Amino acid sequence: MSSAPPPSNGTSGVSGRTDGGPVPLASSAPYRSVARRVFVNRAFLWACLITTNIAVVVLAVLLISIFWQGWDTLSWKFITSFASRKPADAGILAPLMGSLWVCTICGLVALPLGIGTAIYLEEFSKRSRFTRIVQTNIMNLAGVPSIVYGILGLTAFARMFGAFGTNVDDAIAVGNGEGLLYLRLPFGSSVLAGGLTLMLVILPVVIISTQEALRAVPSSLRAGALALGATPWQTVWGITLPAAIPGIMTGAILSMSRAIGESAPLLVLGGLLLVFNTPTNLMSDFAILPLQIYNWAGRPQDAFHAIAASAIIVQLGVLFLFNGIAVLIRQKLQKPLQ
Amino acid sequence: MGSLAVAATFSILVTTTIIVVLARETIGFFEFPEVSLGEFFFSLEWNPLLGAEKHFGIWPLVAGTLLVTVIAASFALPVGLISAVYLSEYASPRVRATLKPALEILAGIPTVVYGFFALTVITPMLGKISPSFGAYNAMSAGLATGIMILPIVCSLSEDALRAVPRSLRDAAFALGGTRFDVSVKVVVPAALSGVVAAFLLALSRAIGETMIVALAAGGIAQITANPAAEVQTMTAYMVQIFLGDAPATGVEYKSSYAVAAMLFVLTFGLTMVGRWVLRRFREEYD
Repeated sequence: MSSAPPPSNGTSGVSGRTDGGPVPLASSAPYRSVARRVFVNRAFLWACLITTNIAVVVLAVLLISIFWQGWDTLSWKFITSFASRKPADAGILAPLMGSLWVCTICGLVALPLGIGTAIYLEEFSKRSRFTRIVQTNIMNLAGVPSIVYGILGLTAFARMFGAFGTNVDDAIAVGNGEGLLYLRLPFGSSVLAGGLTLMLVILPVVIISTQEALRAVPSSLRAGALALGATPWQTVWGITLPAAIPGIMTGAILSMSRAIGESAPLLVLGGLLLVFNTPTNLMSDFAILPLQIYNWAGRPQDAFHAIAASAIIVQLGVLFLFNGIAVLIRQKLQKPLQ
Repeated sequence: MGSLAVAATFSILVTTTIIVVLARETIGFFEFPEVSLGEFFFSLEWNPLLGAEKHFGIWPLVAGTLLVTVIAASFALPVGLISAVYLSEYASPRVRATLKPALEILAGIPTVVYGFFALTVITPMLGKISPSFGAYNAMSAGLATGIMILPIVCSLSEDALRAVPRSLRDAAFALGGTRFDVSVKVVVPAALSGVVAAFLLALSRAIGETMIVALAAGGIAQITANPAAEVQTMTAYMVQIFLGDAPATGVEYKSSYAVAAMLFVLTFGLTMVGRWVLRRFREEYD
């Protein structure tokens, strides 16, 4: 199927092709005069321009209003202090570090798992019934609301289906509670459970974006490698993956930026915790930045709204950093392959 | 290779576990003496937390969700489709280069930020237009949700429009069509299955949206079509429960699983319908 972009004649209201004055066919109804159709075309263009700019205007209003509300209370002290009941003393160190821990765990699990699944589906699997079911299933998982993943994470990771008792004090623990290598079963609402829950949310996104990157590699490259006697594994490792890496990395970064902004599943997992220390091991309690924003935004006082806006500025800063890196990779690494 | 197949199986395991967990807990909910299937599906009252008598009729929550979704859709679907037509059929590369990043940024903004925006900007603006809009209302949450799904509608519809082969456009131009005739009467109908699928996906996102409605829509579960009214959606109810308003073993807590099951069925159904539309009504031009 051809997907060539349509011809663009700039934003001129009337296409060049109608300028010559097309002659209406004899059979066309009388109301379809050329002048009228040219007028409709022009009116539609204006409607389009106005409508399309709604998105730009909304984005501008959103960013301006947030900077307006939050810029004054944003300071280095705000980023490096812990939560407080007084808005003037409150900071976001714990949620910022919590977000970092949770997203790192999420990425360490979701990226290998998702990229592996995509490689299997695109490069190795036969078009079998199993593959079709997996493919449909991934599409459906991508549409499941994130809060439902929160329920799954709560049951599967935080409580482990009640297999180790329902009371956290009954948990089976390995290692020292203060040390780095502390583990306990069930996980409770720890950074590990949080990271794994977020992994469930972004896994379909990682798989789908990786599949698209792999599909964009021309099959002539694979055929060439196979014709030279490479095994399927050698073809994937030596040819397909290196060619698809920019696309895969872009997809991975965009999935991580989705993970860092996701809050509903972790709200189900742990509620709104007031945490006064940064995570020290996989079993630490944690707060995350979006939930801290939710917590402050939900309070009636304007002072809390101001620091919520400051936290949003930090959150958006992290996101733009992620997206900037993705755009950079797309521009620097992507070579035309055809 | 074997390990890759195991990775692929993991996604099946996830779906199965979701269904098993939701089913088990929902059955647990219906085993409580104060609940019955008949009440759940036919009662029009939902007040599990307050009042002497608890009522578990799901429809007020579904109605709240639908009201917010309808408001979001009536903003995002027309605006998104027209923007997609403009980007695909009219815009010059230079205009595209400024509009696409704006949409990509909108798509990347966390939903809690939209909730904050609804609460601190949209709601006060609505209050200036009409005093009937209170601190929490469906309109504000719906508009913010509409802004959130706008990039989804726009970029997926645009993909569908751009996939229509150029020969169709050329033929329509050759017949003397203006650009309006070509895009609205030829390209959009040719891409209709993709556009409808984009709409359905966006709707399912709006139904499952949580943080915006938890912040801006309020907490009264009621059946109303008044956009100025406070409503509670299915997701907002789940947030209320998981924030600790109910003991973890009680019937109120378990009710959130039944609500989650309903939400899962609704969104899963919409995704399935979307895929079916794509398969059944796809126009092949090869």
